[in-house]
Amino acid sequence: MTEPILCTPDETFVLNLGPQHPATHGVLRVKLTMDGEYIVEAEPVLGYIHRMHEKMAENGTFAQFMPNTPRMDYLSALSFNQGYCMAVERAAGIEVPERAEYIRTITVELNRISSHLLWWGAFLLDLGGFTPLLYAFDDREKILDLLEHVTGSRLTYCYYRFGGVYNDIDDEFTTGTREFIKRLRSRMPSLYHDLVTGNIILIKRLRDIGHISPEVCRKYGATGPVLRGSGIEYDVRKNEPYSIYPELDFDIPHYPEGDSMARYMVRMDEIEQSLRIIEQCLDKLPGGPVQAKVPKTLKPPAGDCYAAVEAAKGTFSCRLICDGDKKPYRLKLRSPCFSNLSLFGEIAEGMLLADALAVMGSLDLVIPEIDR
Amino acid sequence: MDTSIWRPILYLIGVMAFAGVNAAWLGWCERKGAGHIQRRIGPKEVGPFGLLQPLADGIKLMTKQLLVPQGVDGILFRVAPVLAMIPAITSMVAIPFSATVHARPIELSVLLIFALASIGMMAILLGGWASNNKYSLISAARSVSQNVAYEIPMLVTVITIVMLSGSMNLEEIALQQQGGFWNWYIFPIAGQSIAQAVIMPISFLIFFTCSVAETNRAPFDMAEAESELVAGHMTEYGSMGFGLFMMGEYLNIVVGACLTAVLFFGGWDSPLPFIPSGVLWFVLKIYLLIFIFIWIRWTYPRTQIYKLLNLSWKILIPFSLAILLLTAVFIKIEGILI
Amino acid sequence: MNEYWRDILYGTKSLFIGLKVTGPEFFKPVITEQYPHFVPVMKERFRGHIELTRNEETGGSNCVVCGMCQRACPSSCITVEGEKPEGSKKKVLTKYILDFTKCSLCGSCVESCNFNAIQFSKEYNLASTNKSDYIFDLVKRLEEKR
Repeated sequence: MTEPILCTPDETFVLNLGPQHPATHGVLRVKLTMDGEYIVEAEPVLGYIHRMHEKMAENGTFAQFMPNTPRMDYLSALSFNQGYCMAVERAAGIEVPERAEYIRTITVELNRISSHLLWWGAFLLDLGGFTPLLYAFDDREKILDLLEHVTGSRLTYCYYRFGGVYNDIDDEFTTGTREFIKRLRSRMPSLYHDLVTGNIILIKRLRDIGHISPEVCRKYGATGPVLRGSGIEYDVRKNEPYSIYPELDFDIPHYPEGDSMARYMVRMDEIEQSLRIIEQCLDKLPGGPVQAKVPKTLKPPAGDCYAAVEAAKGTFSCRLICDGDKKPYRLKLRSPCFSNLSLFGEIAEGMLLADALAVMGSLDLVIPEIDR
Repeated sequence: MDTSIWRPILYLIGVMAFAGVNAAWLGWCERKGAGHIQRRIGPKEVGPFGLLQPLADGIKLMTKQLLVPQGVDGILFRVAPVLAMIPAITSMVAIPFSATVHARPIELSVLLIFALASIGMMAILLGGWASNNKYSLISAARSVSQNVAYEIPMLVTVITIVMLSGSMNLEEIALQQQGGFWNWYIFPIAGQSIAQAVIMPISFLIFFTCSVAETNRAPFDMAEAESELVAGHMTEYGSMGFGLFMMGEYLNIVVGACLTAVLFFGGWDSPLPFIPSGVLWFVLKIYLLIFIFIWIRWTYPRTQIYKLLNLSWKILIPFSLAILLLTAVFIKIEGILI
Repeated sequence: MNEYWRDILYGTKSLFIGLKVTGPEFFKPVITEQYPHFVPVMKERFRGHIELTRNEETGGSNCVVCGMCQRACPSSCITVEGEKPEGSKKKVLTKYILDFTKCSLCGSCVESCNFNAIQFSKEYNLASTNKSDYIFDLVKRLEEKR
């Protein structure tokens, strides 16, 4: 636990962890009031990449907002695709065929693994270890190749449509995915856990650093691995199930310590759980159509709909208010990193600067998603 | 010994050439090593296998503007990078490359090399202080405290070796380890006592860790790699000032590897007696040790400054003092029994 | 006190294990593609900018100038114009301009076309210093491809 340092205003100086910094992933500005090495106050300043996505939704039809969803959190783009599609499908009463649900689950879990791999590499880059980034990218290339084979894009996938997915998957994808699962499982113990997780230098840098208690999480609405690293077993896939998750068998990793090491371990375990989910989906994959019959211009009945999914960073939810027109009246997007970042101001008091950067890395922030 | 005028001149040219080539091409080695550890190729476009890359880097650095910011201490700012290079090149004088290839046999060469290393440490502090920049000063001060903390266990370990061999002359220490790898101080099975074969590897580990920390290499590179905010004491330096600091660092690595080879691995001795010894073995050992330096850098993340100082004061110093005590006891016991 | 010794022993062992992992990686083959010397082949569904599909019989395009792609595009990149020649009921395509500076490769245009007139190309080598290079005239491109 860190205690705040009391000192007179004359002894402190203001340091700008400016919008351009190698350790904040994106354009994030943090105003730090420091007393020597220790942080007295931290204030994140946002808005450097605000692009008015929610307003753009009101200016076009429902289908025209689809390319905006992956541009928010580009690392787990398919979860955002899924959240928006689910909201519109609930509003319009569209039923998604089963094969499409399975394909959606396989691709979204692959995307979750690729997001966690990139987080792992970038986190270690902040801490000074340059090599694990390239090992993670080696595996991530395989995922990107698989998803490119199906969707055609490598990062900002615009693959889901209302009522299903755009293209069907073929045998090359399923065999490739099975090989990828086998390959990643064989590389995890040595390249990921032996090299990094067990390393004494990393343990000394992460254990007991940046303790976040469950009360702080509840106060700021933190979700995702940040919440599960504080001991609370909450996952949208289990607590508010959607899609075919009720039929799948997987665990929710959670650790009670609440320090950076716990959040790190939660994400590593989530990669393993995602591999389990993908295997079960591949075994159970049914045949059938991949897209339901949807009218060209969608006019959902007037109403208020809500859909939440578990993105890689936390709970992503959409609130859609329609008024019978072909454009939405209001689309509200709740981004998980926004709530995760807001608790940084409270926990950073009394920390060393290096520790504060390690904690920000463990929160897994993607700034374009925060600013939307 | 040939006392003509040619010997010192030839050795001067030889030492400068060796130092210059190493300072430049170690950068190439590091980038290639880093590349292959990360499953990619390092530099490859400039020249075959990228061998001319250091030349290209040197030309780039020399053609940049040598900017001297306002408000800096003029003389100290310009002297600091030069002061970082001088001790490393001068230390080459005292190192025995083989029984005959030796720039100048000095009786107290161990003392000379460590005295010069302290000057190199002072260059960092001068560079940081003369930069007129708050963050440079803080990171230079941190780097100096790190260097001081790690010099102590290093010197205590070297005292252990000096006690074992009975002389501070590097050539003498290497001569004591001739005959095969069982005589080398890292694992002296055929040495004075079997008990020493157990503690000397620990001594080597302590010495090696300290030399990694002394040269400011990862995982102890608080001074240079993004000292959380800026580039440490080298922030205000551009072009060749920065180039000199980097070359000084690489030369320090070479000197550290040479010292380790002489103190622990028998200098120019070959591991098996029927293979002739010579300069080639010395060079081979140095480059193997430099490869280990590079290997360590690209494997581990960075430590935190207080944990780094903890490691030195709470772990390395007690262990090295204990080893010193044990070695003294064993030598005394041997002396009484024999 | 116990923890001190445990830390030292565990720490030293973990450091050597780390070296054991990266060491063999040094000797393994390289996994990167040397891009300018070795040009990759794009996958079948790769999304380059759109192009007009060639009708094998007429040699022209399949486009009937319905304007569905223009309406479906979220970024208003597409401009389609056509004219009705005398004696024919269908429109013929005269101008199809794609403003690639705004395109997000979402695929709504390709999906909305009922006549199989546009498809994704495999172009990825599009670097230029001029913005006007990115305003593609797709009809001209179709003729040049002949």
